[in-house]
Amino acid sequence: MGHSAPKIVNPEGIAEEIGALLGSMLIETIDHADELTFVVARDDLANAMVALRDMAHYQQLMEIAGVDYPERPDRFEVAYHLLSVTRNHRVRVKVSTDEDTPVPTVTHLWPVAGWLEREVFDMYGVIFDGNTDLRRILTDYGFKGHPQRKDFPLTGYVELRYSEEDKRVVYEPVKLAQDFRSFDFMSPWEGAQYVLPGDEKAAAPAAAPAAAPTPKATESKADTGAGDAANKKAEEKSADAPAKPAAETDEGKGAAKPEGKA
Amino acid sequence: MSDYLEKMDHVTDAADPAYGDTEIQNYTINFGPQHPAAHGVLRLVMELDGEIVERCDPHVGLLHRGTEKLIEHKTYMQALPYFDRLDYCSPLGMEHSYVLAVEKLLNLEVPLRAQYLRVFFAELTRICNHMLNLGSHVMDVGAMTPNLWLFEIREDCLNFFERASGARMHSAYFRPGGVHQDVPLKLLTDIADWLDTRLPRLFEDAMSLVVDNRIFKQRNVDISIVSKEDALKWGFSGPMLRGSGIAWDIRKAQPYDVYDRMDFDVPVGTAFDCYDRFMVRVEEVRQSARIMKQCLNEMPEGPIASFDRKVSPPKRGEMKRDMEALIHHFKLYTEGFHVPAGEVYVATESPKGEFGVYLVSDGSNKPYRCKIRPTAFSHLQAMDFMMKGHMLADTTAVLGAMDIVFGECDR
Repeated sequence: MGHSAPKIVNPEGIAEEIGALLGSMLIETIDHADELTFVVARDDLANAMVALRDMAHYQQLMEIAGVDYPERPDRFEVAYHLLSVTRNHRVRVKVSTDEDTPVPTVTHLWPVAGWLEREVFDMYGVIFDGNTDLRRILTDYGFKGHPQRKDFPLTGYVELRYSEEDKRVVYEPVKLAQDFRSFDFMSPWEGAQYVLPGDEKAAAPAAAPAAAPTPKATESKADTGAGDAANKKAEEKSADAPAKPAAETDEGKGAAKPEGKA
Repeated sequence: MSDYLEKMDHVTDAADPAYGDTEIQNYTINFGPQHPAAHGVLRLVMELDGEIVERCDPHVGLLHRGTEKLIEHKTYMQALPYFDRLDYCSPLGMEHSYVLAVEKLLNLEVPLRAQYLRVFFAELTRICNHMLNLGSHVMDVGAMTPNLWLFEIREDCLNFFERASGARMHSAYFRPGGVHQDVPLKLLTDIADWLDTRLPRLFEDAMSLVVDNRIFKQRNVDISIVSKEDALKWGFSGPMLRGSGIAWDIRKAQPYDVYDRMDFDVPVGTAFDCYDRFMVRVEEVRQSARIMKQCLNEMPEGPIASFDRKVSPPKRGEMKRDMEALIHHFKLYTEGFHVPAGEVYVATESPKGEFGVYLVSDGSNKPYRCKIRPTAFSHLQAMDFMMKGHMLADTTAVLGAMDIVFGECDR
């Protein structure tokens, strides 16, 4: 039976239909989890959207979402979510871009795109060519940086407080009482790629095994140091010593043993 | 001297048509950020010509808390309570989209009782949300009593949430794989009684004061008419779209959980004005009550969460006896579960409209990206075109009919 998320039935042959409609504008079609994604060329975005809205009847633009993949050359993905209320179907259209290359706007097709593009601009710094009102929207007046980028720290760079001396809100660099801790839960047995302290030793080339030192072994009785000679020596010592109670001697012997060994 | 005499006579010429008149300029005012009718922290910069609104520029983001960024640093389970805090007037509606998105990525089956419980409490949330919205809309245009009566109902709803989840507002009750815990039978029977007696009496009483009230109609009828084409272009959803005469309800069109088993009607507007939007919500309350009664009739006994122990934690009692359960509990509450790589966009019919979650997973235990599609964002953007040519006093009626909550709009 599977999940119980909203049931969207892809109409028969919809991917081919839209593929034919978009023609050379289409780069790739992805069908994942019953959701169709059309990756289109960045410069053709506006034309592709006109085709989808007017020919394929996707009347509503519900959402524009940015995603940041810092390791890609075109690091930002902009995903447009379209809804057709007549065909009861959703599709996603994607373009990718980098920090400097603008994406054509769709505000002339859907006025709702105005704020959605402003949000992507605010959060990621993606520029939309043709949007006449590309101001920041969610962040503070005078904010610097684009907070949803993966290289922007979670804590941000500035903090603000009300200053009793200045009688106004002042901005200061963030001071953390404790370093920000971020745990990942990659299993060390399943290909975690980070280096833990001490791991570098394992990476060093293993030295040729040195000649094994002669192991200490007690092959004969003489090696133990026990026997007649030792007994005689022990007796001599006790003869020289002043007479002591037996218990004390034993104690003295016990204490002297480690010294003699050393 | 002749100049002065001309001035006295109000003689004008083409070059200076208003010569001698007092020059009147458009007046720019700030509505908010602190205004009781702004329903939160909204700053509207309005350009007025007398009392007529010429231009209206909403400034949002004053409640921006970086929820999406925070979610990227939390496991899937830890991210859930953030959704309660988006639209704090209808917390379970927000959770619903999120848990369905996670389940879609996992392709996880949810037991039937859990699906019924979710629909049941999602509809209770809708009633709860509409009580606040209808009440404050009425109050914004001048009536006091209905709001107080509707808050009685809202208080009842919050008590029911408390009995189900332990929290009045931020329930965190829906979980990937089901719901957090089963409800006692007494709670269900109490809600059934409430649906039959207290809710209709209080609600219909309050509505009888409003819907045919002359002042209320004067303030709402024919205010800010939005055509079908405009509603589609501006990305409207939920009661705003239905108020513009488009019978579109995600619960009907793209049913999730057990909505496909439910029998309910979708009200639409006929005049496309603020009064229609209000009446659509009024009817939705009655339909929600209808859905809840069907849930109570049909709800089967059984498990309330998935038995997939890699996603859904075991019961406490099980943990005390079973080593396996203890390990699963430990892993789920430290590491969390891993979600297969992929991306989904799941939208549900929240009380305010289409609330979507665009979830991108990279296969780890934390979302790579979680874009939240708020309803208020699109609606508020249309404020400029909806207000153009209306009186300043209509602002509150238009805002009230939009049903905006800033926790969700600003995220």
